[in-house]
Amino acid sequence: MAEWIEVGTVEDIPKLGARVVKTEQGNIGVFRTADDEVFALRDECPHKKGPLSQGIVHGKRVTCPLHNWNIELETGEVVAPDEGCAASFPIKLEGGKVYLSLSSKP
Amino acid sequence: MKEKLVVIGNGMAGMRAVEELLEIAPDMYDIVVFGSEPYGNYNRILLSPVLAGEKTIDDIMLNTKEWYEEHDITLHAGKTVVDIDRRNRKVIADDGTEEGYDRLLMATGSNPFIIPVPGNDLPGVISFRDIADVDAMLVASKNYKHAVVIGGGLLGLEAANGLMQQGMHVTVVHLMDTLMERQMDAASGAMLKKSLEERGLNFLMSTETEAIVGEDRVKGVRFKGGLEIAADLVVMAVGIRPNKELAEKVGLHCERGVVVNDTMQTFDPRVYAVGECVQHRGETYGLVAPLFEQAKVCANHLARMGIAKYEGSVTSTKLKVTGIDLFSAGDFIGDETTESIVMQDAAAGIYKKVVLKDNRIQGAVMYGDTVDGAWYFQLMRDETDVSDFRKALMLGQAHLGDSGHGGENAAANMSDDMEVCGCNGVCKGDVVKAITSKGLFTLDDVRMHTKASSSCGSCTGLVEQILANTLGGDYSAAPHAKPMCKCTEHTHDDVRKAIRDEHLTSISAVMELMNWKTPNGCASCRPALNYYVISAWPAEAKDDPQSRFINERAHANIQKDGTYSVVPRMWGGLTTPKELRAIADVVEKFNVPEMKVTGGQRIDLFGIKKEDLPAVWADLNAAGMVSGHAYGKSLRTVKTCVGKTWCRFGTQDSTGLGVQLERLTWGSWMPHKFKIAVSGCPRNCAEATIKDIGVVCVDSGYELHVGGNGGIKVRVTDLLCKVETEEEVHEYTKAYIQLYREEAHYLERTAPWIERVGLAHIKQHVLDDAENRKALAARFDESQKYAQIDPWAERASEGVAKHEFTPLKEVG
Repeated sequence: MAEWIEVGTVEDIPKLGARVVKTEQGNIGVFRTADDEVFALRDECPHKKGPLSQGIVHGKRVTCPLHNWNIELETGEVVAPDEGCAASFPIKLEGGKVYLSLSSKP
Repeated sequence: MKEKLVVIGNGMAGMRAVEELLEIAPDMYDIVVFGSEPYGNYNRILLSPVLAGEKTIDDIMLNTKEWYEEHDITLHAGKTVVDIDRRNRKVIADDGTEEGYDRLLMATGSNPFIIPVPGNDLPGVISFRDIADVDAMLVASKNYKHAVVIGGGLLGLEAANGLMQQGMHVTVVHLMDTLMERQMDAASGAMLKKSLEERGLNFLMSTETEAIVGEDRVKGVRFKGGLEIAADLVVMAVGIRPNKELAEKVGLHCERGVVVNDTMQTFDPRVYAVGECVQHRGETYGLVAPLFEQAKVCANHLARMGIAKYEGSVTSTKLKVTGIDLFSAGDFIGDETTESIVMQDAAAGIYKKVVLKDNRIQGAVMYGDTVDGAWYFQLMRDETDVSDFRKALMLGQAHLGDSGHGGENAAANMSDDMEVCGCNGVCKGDVVKAITSKGLFTLDDVRMHTKASSSCGSCTGLVEQILANTLGGDYSAAPHAKPMCKCTEHTHDDVRKAIRDEHLTSISAVMELMNWKTPNGCASCRPALNYYVISAWPAEAKDDPQSRFINERAHANIQKDGTYSVVPRMWGGLTTPKELRAIADVVEKFNVPEMKVTGGQRIDLFGIKKEDLPAVWADLNAAGMVSGHAYGKSLRTVKTCVGKTWCRFGTQDSTGLGVQLERLTWGSWMPHKFKIAVSGCPRNCAEATIKDIGVVCVDSGYELHVGGNGGIKVRVTDLLCKVETEEEVHEYTKAYIQLYREEAHYLERTAPWIERVGLAHIKQHVLDDAENRKALAARFDESQKYAQIDPWAERASEGVAKHEFTPLKEVG
């Protein structure tokens, strides 16, 4: 079973923005869409390790700030024609609070 | 239940519309396609290279039958639709197949025109239109010797060349006295004829066919006047006619073609039409670029977005005969209201003619050296005023020297391993391979698949040329009006105008009013929209940090390892021991790994952690320093030279003027970065002539130079004017900046902006009209009231955007 860690509230993350959770296994970007969905990805672009949390969020995607690769927030998959995948982590929302699990999704 | 879309015609236009539709509304329709030919969709333009043996049929397939399966499209290949029951909304094919429809798309293309002479139905008389024709020609070339091609137009010459490549003895018969008279004038047509004759083609000009003779098979062709020549194969290539037969039969309004409105709708609102069968605003088109523009518009309406409009196309032509370069576009003949510039070098086989009206290109025809074709075409479609560089026009774009960003001319001469895009390391061979193997047609396609021209964009012209060369004739660059990005059909200018006219003060208001296709834009349009609303309504629009690139959100420059660099402002490049001490203290306190002097006379501190930024800024603020905006699409620096106080050549107080200009302009958001310099004498040590605006002090006053930049392609400034006082320098500078802020496209620097609108335009607004100049300057002052707030101080001491600089949580 995943161990859920409370990392803050939805309101702590700007709409169409992201915050960083620092962990022993590196930074994790926690993203919020316009519809208040929250997703978590390893904060490293599969291309050249750009910090995805610093990119522009649109729809359910984020654009890496370094070379404009687009990453799907739900899966971490890179949008074609580029290729690659950033690890994604489970998120649970309960009563406005955001819970993160560090066991990355299969 | 999904609605059903039936497409009649499995050619390039119809399938392009389907592809565009799948892109924007993949699940809206069940799609059924009828095609008379028993294949998937292939690239009809490339039949000539197939005939010439340079390509195979497989090379030119665009959509294989597997593609239709993958997209759940029912393909009736080899079935011709013979009737439409509009009352009961169904189509009927020649084998009895029936399909009902909710919407119908007619893309029936065109038919070759067969001249009405005796014998035109003999075996061995064919046209040049589809794969079957090419097969017939290839078979004939193996068994027979003499071919006659009737028609000396584009298609006829390509057919003749192909048959000659296959070993036949070919005679081209043309009714007119000039080959390709719709694309060539007499001089270039004669040059073309000469070089085709040198390759072995024979011509009969001003010759009218009277009959095709033979009994079981064609034996010869007889002409008016009695001449008769032997022929085992006759190719009719005198033109095409829109295939409107079916449309006429079922009562759709037709003239020369099926008449459609600007949304590609026929007179039956459920029935759309695109491609060569269509007549739009009185015009019919036979080239691929207009068809693709139509397809895009049609798909938009089929998807019920309802915002696109087809307004006709301007086309250019290129002959796909290897080794022969010719290009023509627009009205290249001219009349009493136009002027022509002609350059002709018969020995070198070069001919160029450009037709101008009021210093705008109306048309061009070129033979032998066509590298500038794409450039003339661009200038023509953009209606650019060429008076500033008219003298150099015929020498070509390369001779403009410092054109900032435009296309290069070497595409055809480049080897496959030469680099096209320096940003992404893409070679010519990569681009060509992607175009041919993936069936790409547009600049956007190439950008997506190869990354070429997707970063700084300086190789865009080169990539467009490679596209043109690879695809051959009918490619005609991007549409006249380029949409801002894929989220909208609207151009930058449309959007800016709507923001002003409709008083739109937020990104969401723009997206709503202008029917944005995506819920909240993309990383390309959102920063642009944010700039457009805050520059149009500085007092009302609220800045949206989430729509800014990270550098402008964090007020520092992100580096490749995710740390940031910080540049404090030093007014006019001047500094003091106090400032330097504060900088040194920051470097030691925060273990800043590297510091460097920048080209703009500032000090850059590298490797600062994001969490440390507010504390770094607090220390710099304490010594009186503010943000240097080295990270922004904004005023960067005002660079100055030694100045009159010390320099024995100095004329005016250039350093003081530089400080004043920086105090006036700092903090202002711009379409792109903006640099200023002030030099104290014409020796110009501050390099003012490669800045967005440069002031060069002279004994009698101040020269104002505009539109320069270093960078990818150096562009030297144009002299705007000379003024006498510092106050005038202030006013002109503010007015010029404001004009740029109000008119340029986001991410367009002053150099390409001025090349696009022309220096005359700037002069008209800033120089000639004093009232307008003062109004522009006043609007700049007003906007500065809201912009000149130090973003560092707000964040360092007032806790603004605290979330930006602190982690959400630390775990473990």
